[in-house]
Amino acid sequence: MDLRKPSMKDSHLMSHLNECDGFDDVYGHSVEDDYCISPSDAAQFMFDRTRQHQMSAFFNEENGIAEEGDCNITSFKQDISVGDSEKQKWPDLSELDEVRLRSCLEEIRSVIGDAVPEQILIDSVMKNEFDFNKALDDVLSSAASATGKPAADAPKPQRERKSRDRGAKRATDVPDRLRSDDSSTNNRQTGVVPQENKVGSTPVVKVVPPGTKTVNITKGFDVPPGTDSSESLKSDSNAVSPRSLSPSSGRISPSMGIEVADTLSDSKTMTVKEVKTATRSRENKVDVLTQYQQERGQSKEQLHMVVIGHVDAGKSTLMGHLLYSLGQVNKKTMHKYEQESKKLGKQSFVYAWILDETGEERSRGITMDVGQSKFETATKVVTLLDAPGHKDFIPNMITGATQADVALLVVDATRGEFETGFESGGQTREHALLVRSLGVSQLGVVVNKLDTVGWSQERFEEVVGKLGAFLKQAGFTESNVTFVPCSGLTGENLTSPPSEDMLLQWYKGPCLLDVIDKFKAPERPVTKPFRLSVNDIFKGTGSGFCVSGRVETGMVQVADKVLVQPQNEGAVIKGLSIDDVAVQVAFAGDQVSVTLAGIDMQNVAVGYILCDPTQLIPVTSHFEARIVVFNIKVPITKGYAVILHHQSLVEQAVITKLVAQLNKSSGEVIKRQPRCLTRNSNAVVELEMSHPICMELYRDIKELGRFMLRVGGITVAAGLVTQV
Amino acid sequence: MKLINKNVDKDGGGSVTLMPEESEDMWHAYNLISEGDCVRASTIRKVQNESSTGSSTSNRVRTVLTIRIENIDFDTQACVLRLKGRNIAENQYVKMGAYHTLDLEVNRKFTLTKSEWDSVALERVDTACDPTQHADVAAVVMQEGLAHICLITSSMTLVRAKIDQCIPRKRKGNVQQHEKGLQRYFESVMQGILRHVNFDVVKCILIASPGFVRDQFYEYMFQQAIKLDNKILLENKSKFMLIHSSSGFKHSLREVLTDPSVIAKMADTKASSEVRALESFYTMLQTEPAKAFYGTKHVERANEAQAIETLLISDNLFRIQDVKLRKRYVTLVDSVRESGGEVKIFSSMHVSGEQLDQLTGVAAILRFPMPELEDEEDSDHEN
Repeated sequence: MDLRKPSMKDSHLMSHLNECDGFDDVYGHSVEDDYCISPSDAAQFMFDRTRQHQMSAFFNEENGIAEEGDCNITSFKQDISVGDSEKQKWPDLSELDEVRLRSCLEEIRSVIGDAVPEQILIDSVMKNEFDFNKALDDVLSSAASATGKPAADAPKPQRERKSRDRGAKRATDVPDRLRSDDSSTNNRQTGVVPQENKVGSTPVVKVVPPGTKTVNITKGFDVPPGTDSSESLKSDSNAVSPRSLSPSSGRISPSMGIEVADTLSDSKTMTVKEVKTATRSRENKVDVLTQYQQERGQSKEQLHMVVIGHVDAGKSTLMGHLLYSLGQVNKKTMHKYEQESKKLGKQSFVYAWILDETGEERSRGITMDVGQSKFETATKVVTLLDAPGHKDFIPNMITGATQADVALLVVDATRGEFETGFESGGQTREHALLVRSLGVSQLGVVVNKLDTVGWSQERFEEVVGKLGAFLKQAGFTESNVTFVPCSGLTGENLTSPPSEDMLLQWYKGPCLLDVIDKFKAPERPVTKPFRLSVNDIFKGTGSGFCVSGRVETGMVQVADKVLVQPQNEGAVIKGLSIDDVAVQVAFAGDQVSVTLAGIDMQNVAVGYILCDPTQLIPVTSHFEARIVVFNIKVPITKGYAVILHHQSLVEQAVITKLVAQLNKSSGEVIKRQPRCLTRNSNAVVELEMSHPICMELYRDIKELGRFMLRVGGITVAAGLVTQV
Repeated sequence: MKLINKNVDKDGGGSVTLMPEESEDMWHAYNLISEGDCVRASTIRKVQNESSTGSSTSNRVRTVLTIRIENIDFDTQACVLRLKGRNIAENQYVKMGAYHTLDLEVNRKFTLTKSEWDSVALERVDTACDPTQHADVAAVVMQEGLAHICLITSSMTLVRAKIDQCIPRKRKGNVQQHEKGLQRYFESVMQGILRHVNFDVVKCILIASPGFVRDQFYEYMFQQAIKLDNKILLENKSKFMLIHSSSGFKHSLREVLTDPSVIAKMADTKASSEVRALESFYTMLQTEPAKAFYGTKHVERANEAQAIETLLISDNLFRIQDVKLRKRYVTLVDSVRESGGEVKIFSSMHVSGEQLDQLTGVAAILRFPMPELEDEEDSDHEN
């Protein structure tokens, strides 16, 4: 062979292929196919093709050979063939029962191996009504009494011990295998029962441990086909099994293992069915919640905080200083910034540079896009979103605010500055209204730059008075609003109680950090179907590309299948990372970067939603909504072209119909089909988008049912989706 | 458009011969020609000849045909007008009643015969032939990641290119991707401008965006122009104007056209006057809702009271195939004029016209308030 093709000698792939003689002699055979498949994959396929019938026939009909290592292959085969040849052997069951039965079998097999014919197992499981423990007892006792198979008996104790050793691991393995089996079954018998299909294709909770399967298969391949020596197979797999297990357990996130183990120990009587459905179906609230508790119970609470306020109120500087004081920025970097900003003659911007990173932002001295950072307080992990204050960048600010749980409103206490920011035309009002309409109810108000007015109490009181009245009117409850006097530049009252005498004279309240710490983290809707709104798309390291965004609801794991809406394209999650730390699971409220595979970068745009393929997000270009009209100059009529902001999405829309004008407080219909909507009115309108977009009803998922309407740089209305 | 011959009887019937000179004239032609009219124009037709021996040859001949229009097709972006109908004047190549599709061509005259030329149609001929109404402006509305390159002529706004790219956001310690994406975006906008804007014709190029995107882009473009020694850009540097707009979507052109500096430069083009008229309608609706109405029924009722000061009407309504309905609108226009009101016929190809179309296509600012109209349940909401 090598003589014939000396040039191929080096290639590992080719030499591998050359072993299966005659392969490369076949004309018309796609050579590329052979090249691009890795040897182990190829082996898998070859195994399937050549051994399928023999194997199933061998194990299921004749049986009697105890073959532990192969058990998952067998079950694999069984599951596949359920659809066709083996169907008659299975009792007539509902889909659910069938699944329960299969899982029971699986579990029993994991304990006793393949020693007992399958039919017996099925019968006993049926007899005991899917109760795994009883069925196992049943089988074991009958096996002991019969002692029909000495060959199987002899190694049994040994194997049993082993299976006990890895009881916990097993438990975690089982559902996985089941799931993958199920989905493949479903693939073969598509559309048998839609519901079952749904369950089967629910995103895989964990990586299917490839260790066991692949290794076994490779070994199987090594055995010359046709010999089928059970002895050699057995010894092989026995030799392999410890090794094949260790990677599989390593693959699983440890916490997962612990979780299932915990649940197992919690209830000894728990049936296999429970384990399975629990990990399998996302609808099961208890499970996701317990998992969430497990993963996040001990750690500090997550909090997303957006910093808003009028341009030049000192948001970035305040936050930059806070980060620096908390030690999030190292001295060296800080020194560099100091030198560079001095060079540009903008020394006062030195702290802002921590968050404003682009050259444009630094040279102009304003924040243009949301800057992100992270710090920890005593009880919370806070993700900081530093929003731009300039009115041209409100779209960016909205993207930031949609991700936030709480907000920090920064106002400039300097005489005149506060007034310009607060009176009409300033962003203080608009920002506050925006975050309120985006669902933020807790607000910290930082009265900044108080050093410029000599820490005057009157000034502080004046600002508090004016703002307090406005905020109340905007819909913030008084108890949720806290006022803090600060100075971002000097760092007074940021992380530690004030040291300035003038402030100490009258201020006894908490420092900024304490205020942040006191915010209540909202409840995360982890039990709802998975949704992630794409906020950014970039090339990551390695293969694929990354999208980042906030998991709005539900949870997601590596290797999950997701659907990118409204493009309706499937993709697979290759990796998840939170703050550049790779993780396995992400829950609602997390800010994650997702590495996607199986989809082109061109097909994903900012504002798209990744969702659970079984529970799709509605995609529409026409929907009905309830809107609250802000203080506007030009009335809204039908045919009014607006720009709709929904999560990170910015899209053109037209108000096609004014359905009804509503009473502001009671919600009663004042007038049907009004001619126009004037300022401060409530109404139900219909909107038509220029492209289909993802929209959730407000009552289903609040986060995705909110939107803002803007015209000509002014926010005209906030809305809630009532009907898609 | 050049008017070559006009022969309209007292009773309104007659024919007009016109020669389109540029693509915008096709738009006027499209608004003039309606189904049932006769058009005579030169065209190319494939003719099959059968010789006495039975062999057939086919060749293309240029011939003049007169057809009665049954179908009108207009491609708004390419400005091509196709008229389909039956031949009504037999000649040596084409039999009577044979179907033919005319492509109206620039610089080839055509004769349009109507059984009735109404005031709106005649006015259209006049405006189309008015040579002073040429103010070609190119506008680029942009925001980070999105840009529209538009050409604004007196009666049309054509979107020549839409650039939609995603620019990675700034993120901790990874600003390069953002900056690279921005460069790439600017490059495509610049290429778009070079490709679609004819600097010989265009008098002014507006670059509008929120924030600093326009400044950044302007800087980038001329840096590149110097680097690549692009004469066209450098010579026309004075034609560029930087304007503020709130977004990069097409309808923010409205803001651009109302910008004082643009108004000053663009003098009194149709586009900007339409925008201002619509703006004043909206202001009226806000301040005195009883003096601003929209919807055919309301406006007609106001007209009966001779209350209309300014009538805003979209040319979309005059392209309706329903003769009766068209007549209704023509009478409305005529009677408003008679009573001393001003009529603004909006081009539905402009952003303002698009919005008026959404607003039932007809709106009016009144001389005096008519609150009684407001109470009436109007039926326009259903159409």
